[in-house]
Order: sequence, then structure tokens, then C-alpha cells
Amino acid sequence: MSELSELYQQVILDHNKKPRNYRKLEDATQHAEGFNPLCGDQLMVYLRVEDGVVADVGFEGSGCAISKAASSMMTQAVKGKTKDEAERLFEEFHRMVTGELDEEQTPNGLGRLKIFAGVREFPARVKCASLPWHTLHAALAGEVSTSTENLGPDIDADRVSA
Amino acid sequence: MTVTKMAAITEKETVREESHRSPAFDVERVREDFPVLSQTVNGNPLVYLDNSASSQVPQAVIDRGSKYLREEHSNIHRGVHYLSQRATTAFEGAREKVRRFLNAREARECIFVRGCTEGVNLVMHGYGRKFVSAGDEIVVSEMEHHANIVPWQMLCEEKGARLRVIPMNDAGELLLDEYEALLNERTRLVCVMHVSNALGTVNPIKEIVARAHKQGIPVLIDGAQAAPHLKIDVQDLDADFYIISGHKMFAPTGSGVVYGKAELLEKMNPFLGGGDMIRTVTFEKTTYAGLPNKLEAGTPAIASQIGLGAAIDYLNSLDRDAAHAHEQELLRYATEKLSGIEGVRIIGTAREKVSVVSFVIEGVHPHDVGTILDQAGIAVRAGHHCAQPVMQHFKIPATARASFAFYNTKDEVDRLVGAVEKVIEVFS
Repeated sequence: MSELSELYQQVILDHNKKPRNYRKLEDATQHAEGFNPLCGDQLMVYLRVEDGVVADVGFEGSGCAISKAASSMMTQAVKGKTKDEAERLFEEFHRMVTGELDEEQTPNGLGRLKIFAGVREFPARVKCASLPWHTLHAALAGEVSTSTENLGPDIDADRVSA
Repeated sequence: MTVTKMAAITEKETVREESHRSPAFDVERVREDFPVLSQTVNGNPLVYLDNSASSQVPQAVIDRGSKYLREEHSNIHRGVHYLSQRATTAFEGAREKVRRFLNAREARECIFVRGCTEGVNLVMHGYGRKFVSAGDEIVVSEMEHHANIVPWQMLCEEKGARLRVIPMNDAGELLLDEYEALLNERTRLVCVMHVSNALGTVNPIKEIVARAHKQGIPVLIDGAQAAPHLKIDVQDLDADFYIISGHKMFAPTGSGVVYGKAELLEKMNPFLGGGDMIRTVTFEKTTYAGLPNKLEAGTPAIASQIGLGAAIDYLNSLDRDAAHAHEQELLRYATEKLSGIEGVRIIGTAREKVSVVSFVIEGVHPHDVGTILDQAGIAVRAGHHCAQPVMQHFKIPATARASFAFYNTKDEVDRLVGAVEKVIEVFS
């Protein structure tokens, strides 16, 4: 059960129960829908971008504890960041959960998001953690939807399409 | 003696020698037949409760498949040489076993396909595209697997036909009067599952067939989930098409059967074109072979289909009534134990069910349930079970599903129950 407790840490359980920024932004400048057809997870990410800065962010949707907590913590992490900084976090998060980035060795800006490193040990659940980030990425790029089926087995970010 | 005669005799012998019976059902003895079951997963003995997705394969089936690959492999229906003859004999022997398993009149009514999905598509292309036109209707049910919805939807789109849906109640039972009210002179086909993969419901399929036949409408039955649990008699049901998947009934993936009444199969267009399904080919015109070859283009999954024959032998070696009674006891016990846990709701409470228990836990997403159970070595399915309309009916995104085979035990139910309690503890 050690790996299990690594996945379902108290912080994740807490964000699952009380997701932060769980709301639709009425004044959103861009938004995107993320969809995982495999498990039916669906979420909307709303952004209000002002002068290249994510001034506000919110999300709505249904999903498992991992995807809900990942969404919640993502909104906290990117609020107030520039678009470029948010994109860089997306890259780092994505590389961490797919095992390409050792978050303890390589300098990065992940901070509290490192808690999701444990998802690497659960290949079937990697997409749960990365779906909100891919959706954020799509919203930043001005796309309206993204789907994990377009991401390929290893969720190669280069293959995301609108 | 001619080769054909010799093959016919060998085929009979094979069928006879492998149908031995054991007197009583002994689950511990039966478990020894399934090598996959004796392993640990995440430090715990495996509890395999995902049988509705794919059942495990007994040693006898593994042995038969490897014997084919070691000693008999060759292409069928082609060679005059020894190996091709042996492969053909084994393959056609498997068809005869399937015929007996389904109680079809003739072996040529049993078309080998890779699985149920391909089977439904075969009937859609071969029968549906020929006999359904604009304004016609096809009836499916609210509880169907996507494999028995999507092909018909595609056909309706192509032809301008209409898909009608038999509703179900909140127990997960089809509403028969509403069903009958859907039938009319434009109905070309009724497509219903015998047993629900998501809910475990056993549909009153004989009655469903009878009501359609009163109006001269043929019925296709998706039997994927019935075959591992129930005795099937296509003549007694008067089924027009009955489809099974090998990998749901202890055979390898890539095996499956479309049973169809000979007169319907004769009328159908071929599905795939190619080798083996022709009589003569010229660039001006091709004439097709007779049944079953007309509907079996190309080299099939020979080892898998022979494995299906061996799985049928294996099932026949069990006391199937005793196996069924054991499964029903597992169903009763698991239902009682799980519904006794606060926060657990069982989805699918039909009066007649096979040993499938779908459930949700308040405040916990089924995928989290699935992951935590997996850490305890317990394999269940978490998701929409390729039956999204069922999830929509119950207004849930997904369920966790424990599906039991005859080789599962009450101890395993206890392990499941303990792990579900653990899930609730983690999320409390």
C-alpha cells in the first residue's frame, strides 16, 4: 500500500473534496474543454488573460480524485503567472508525470505540484493528472477542445490537436 | 481411404474424446485449471473479478492452442498436404463443437469471426445494408453495449433509417410493453443483448424474440455475456442471429461466432471480400462460395478458434448447473455484503442476473476505486463499460464492476468487501 499512499496523499484528497477555483469565469477571455473518452472525464478550463498574464482561472467538470486535485492545484499554480510561465509549468508537469523529468534532480518551478510525481507508478492514471494541463495548454493556445485520444499512448504534447 | 473421409473420422473422434464429465463442482479443483490465477499482484494473491471484460483461459485451452502451433499449423481449406488437412480438420472440428454448444441445426450456420464486435458488423454489412432502406427502423435497447449500438447507428445514417430504443426501468430491466409498442411494419431488425455487461441483467430473450416474430421481424442477440454463464439453445430461442465472443468464455481473443439461420445467411451479402469466400473469380464477375465460407474471407485466427473449441470442451467437462449455482451464490453473497456497506449503491438490481455486481461509492470516483482495489491485488473494471447510455440512465459517469466466473470464491468476495471498506476509509 506504500505506492498507494504516495498517490492518494492527504493534499490530493483535500483538493478532491474541496476543489479550489471550481467555477465558471463569466469574464473568461479564453476557455477549452478537455475530454478523456477512455474514462469519460470531462472538464472546462476558463482563463482571463490580461496583458499576457493569467489574471484569473477556473474549472468545472467531473472526474476522479486525481484529475480533480490536479485541476484544482493547477489553477492555484498558474494564477498570476505569465502565459509563458504557465506554458513552462505545463511542460515540466507533463515531463514529470511521464517520467522524463526527475523533479528532485533537475531544477524546475513545480513546487507543490511535485506531489503528482507518484502518478508515474500508475500508467493508467497518468492521463487523469495531465488532462487539466493539456486543457490549459489548449486554452492558452486559443483552442476550444482537447482530447486525450489525440495525445497518443505517452501523451506526447507535440501531438495535441484542436 | 480418402483424405476427406479420414478427416471426417478424426473430427468425430476429437469431438467425442473430449466430452468427459466430472460429477460435482469443486471450486478449488477448478481453480487449478487456470494457471493465471495463482499469482500475486502488488504483494497480494490475485483476485480476478474482471471476467465480463475478458475471462481467463484454462490450461486445456492453452495446451490445445500450442499443440496446434507446434504440430498442426498450416493454412486451412487450401492445401492438399498433410498439415493443411490437419489444420482444417481441427478448425472444422471447432465449428462442430460450436454448433453443439449453441445447438444450431447445422455447422455451416456458425460463422467464425474475431469477436462479437466483428460479428455485429458482419450482420450490419451483410444483412442490414441489403435489407434496410430509408424510413425503415431498427430497434436496440437502452442497455446495449456500444458494439450493438454504433454499427446500427452507422447503418441508419447511411440509409436514412431510424434507430428506436427499448427503455429500461431503474432496476435495469427492459420494459416489454414499451418494446412491443415500438414494433411496426417498418421495423427491419431487433438487436438486443441476452445479458447486460454493465448491469448483469438477464433479459427475457425468448419472449423478446417471440414478440418480434409475431410481426415477422428477425432478432439479433448479442450473447457475449450470456455464453460464459448460461446454457444457450438457439433453436429453442428461435434466434435469427446469435453472436458470441471467445475471450469472454475462456477462449483466446480473436475467436468468436455469428450463428445465423441458414436461410438468412444465404440471403446476405458477403461482408469482407477476398480469399476463401469465392467460387470463381474473373475480372468480369466473381461468384461466391456457399456457407460458411462466403462470410469468412481471408485466413482466420485458426489457433484462437481451435482454442474456442477446446474452451467448449472444457465447459462441457464441468457440471454447468453446479457452476451456475456457485456463481449465483457468489452474486447473492457479494450483493448482500456490498449493499450492507454505508455509501455503496448497487447499479443493476434486476430480478434475474448473472454474477455481475456494478456499484458506486458515494463521493468516490470509480477510477479511484479501481486503483485502490488494484493495489490490493483485486482486478475490477472501472468505467462506463462501453455502455454510456446505461450510465446516462443512472446519471452517473461510471461504475466499478466486479464480475465473477465459476472459479471465483467467497473468500475473494470477502477480499473485495474489505478493500471497498478501505477505499471509504481513505476518502472519508
